[in-house]
Amino acid sequence: MKREPLLNAAILLGLLLVPLWALWADAPFTITLATKVAILALAGVGLNIALGLGGLVSLGHATFFGIGGYAMGILASHAQSFVPLTEVPFLIEGTKSMPVIWLVAVVFSALAALAIGALSLRTSGVYFIMITLAFGQMFYYFAISWPAYGGEDGLSIYVRNGFPGLNTLDPIQFFAICYAILALVLFLAARLAASPFGLALGAARQNDERVQTVGMDSFRLRLVAFTISGAVTGLAGALFADLNRFVSPTMFSWQMSGEFIIFIILGGIGRLYGPVVGAALFIILEHFLGGLSDYWHIYLGAILLAVVLFARGGLIGALAGREVAHD
Amino acid sequence: MTEPLLRIEGLRKAFGALVACNDVSLDLRPGEIHALIGPNGAGKSTLIKQIAGNMAPDAGRIHLAGRDVTGLSTAARARLGLGRTFQISSLAMEYTVLQNVMLGALGHRGGVMRFLSPVMKDKALLQTARAALERVGLAEAARRRTADLSHGQRRQLEVAVALTLSPRVFLMDEPMAGLGAEGSARLTGFLDQLRQEAPILLVEHDMDAVFALADRISVLVYGAVIATGTADEIRADPAVREAYLGEEDAA
Ligand SMILES: Nc1ncnc2c1ncn2[C@@H]1O[C@H](COP(=O)(O)OP(=O)(O)O)[C@@H](O)[C@H]1O
Ligand SMILES: [Mg+2]
Repeated sequence: MKREPLLNAAILLGLLLVPLWALWADAPFTITLATKVAILALAGVGLNIALGLGGLVSLGHATFFGIGGYAMGILASHAQSFVPLTEVPFLIEGTKSMPVIWLVAVVFSALAALAIGALSLRTSGVYFIMITLAFGQMFYYFAISWPAYGGEDGLSIYVRNGFPGLNTLDPIQFFAICYAILALVLFLAARLAASPFGLALGAARQNDERVQTVGMDSFRLRLVAFTISGAVTGLAGALFADLNRFVSPTMFSWQMSGEFIIFIILGGIGRLYGPVVGAALFIILEHFLGGLSDYWHIYLGAILLAVVLFARGGLIGALAGREVAHD
Repeated sequence: MTEPLLRIEGLRKAFGALVACNDVSLDLRPGEIHALIGPNGAGKSTLIKQIAGNMAPDAGRIHLAGRDVTGLSTAARARLGLGRTFQISSLAMEYTVLQNVMLGALGHRGGVMRFLSPVMKDKALLQTARAALERVGLAEAARRRTADLSHGQRRQLEVAVALTLSPRVFLMDEPMAGLGAEGSARLTGFLDQLRQEAPILLVEHDMDAVFALADRISVLVYGAVIATGTADEIRADPAVREAYLGEEDAA
């Protein structure tokens, strides 16, 4: 019963120790990989609020990831070209400030999630999966055909955005930012799961009729969960764009949405730290197997199949045992 | 005469050619148990679903505590004081017993849009939830996973969740089903008391329980109410004997 919190602490510590070791060993690329894990884990933690807690299998979370990415790309590109976004009705200029970019990313991805959720949460099961996928594709093709911001080629940002008091160009400092955000969001997500809202949302996942019978509007519960979920994934998108100093329509692609789901399945559906383990494993496989063969996805597929068939609770489930109801 | 808390007028529901609910009118008065009996497939569950808001009637009106609730959602009716239990247990199976009653207590109190406070440490909710478990005799099982409960315990939990809602009207679809003789007798005693808190519209197959408890009985056959009256009146009613009780004598 105490095993999962211990395991979670070990995971979080591990994600901190690897880049610290890399700093000592002067291996900056490893720090970048760890940063990528932290950011993708954050995107997965966002999706897990909808998927794990709410049972909403969204195959369109790349939409919010992309919106976060383009929030960064658009604001920073205007700042680097000194051309304001607009002058009417009032002047809006670009910015190179991370906190401002994060805020914009969170607000816009939350609004998009609210709108998409309001339309798609009327359906369930396969229909929900297909509708979220369709929205994702809509954004993907829109980004491709929008020449103002690079279209298919995407947008390059020459210098990483700034954070007050830190040198974000230093890999370990940028890692620290991403890691701190991940840790904070994990903390908040744990609180959310144990809150009144979390209790109701989890019940709505298990039995919609039950939730309505005690007087709760299950559609509203799901819509709020989907919105929070989209906002977190959007924040991850802004960080991801800053990591690469590049945004492109692939951030909106359905493969991206699929990867988020893979993180969750690898780590364990509904397990708070599942996406962290899942993203780490994914990046490790991509790095090592991808170096051996261009067809590394075949091995990923085999591992995924093994998890689905033999370790239903994912890696966390295999290491910490069946989930215990919290009380 | 006191104003009925639940009043149903001319309710009708057809599934294609099958009329599962045919111009049903009945009411539920404060302090009473009104039993609804009828052979399998008579339309009892269909009637309950329409009252609870899970199924829209083709025609007719439903009034709850003086308000027309015909167009309202299940959740809105629950908030107006409808406490329902299901024929087939409908619970959050992965949750503990306590979590299920906490859910009911939360639904009743409101404040579900709180995102950071730990719900399982909410003293007021815990008190409501524990009291409900205590009353149905499930206090010992509070920490068990609902999926691990016996069939009878799940029925008890259904009733406990309804209690946390402090409803103005109880709607119970076969709460005794599968309880066994001892469980039935215990629940019969409990419902006997409960009617003082809120009247009960009780669908039940257990005739001993029905005749022991009901202030009034309505008999449903092929979707229509063929008689309403006290236990004695129903026993003596020739149409009922022919359509329903007679069957049992023959069996
Ligand atoms: N959703 C439905 N679609 C079609 N027929 C239904 C549906 N629900 C119930 N029925 C039919 O309506 C009749 C009444 O069913 P029900 O209300 O469950 O009876 P009872 O609870 O009295 O046993 C039955 O003949 C049943 O087959
Ligand atoms: Mg029935």
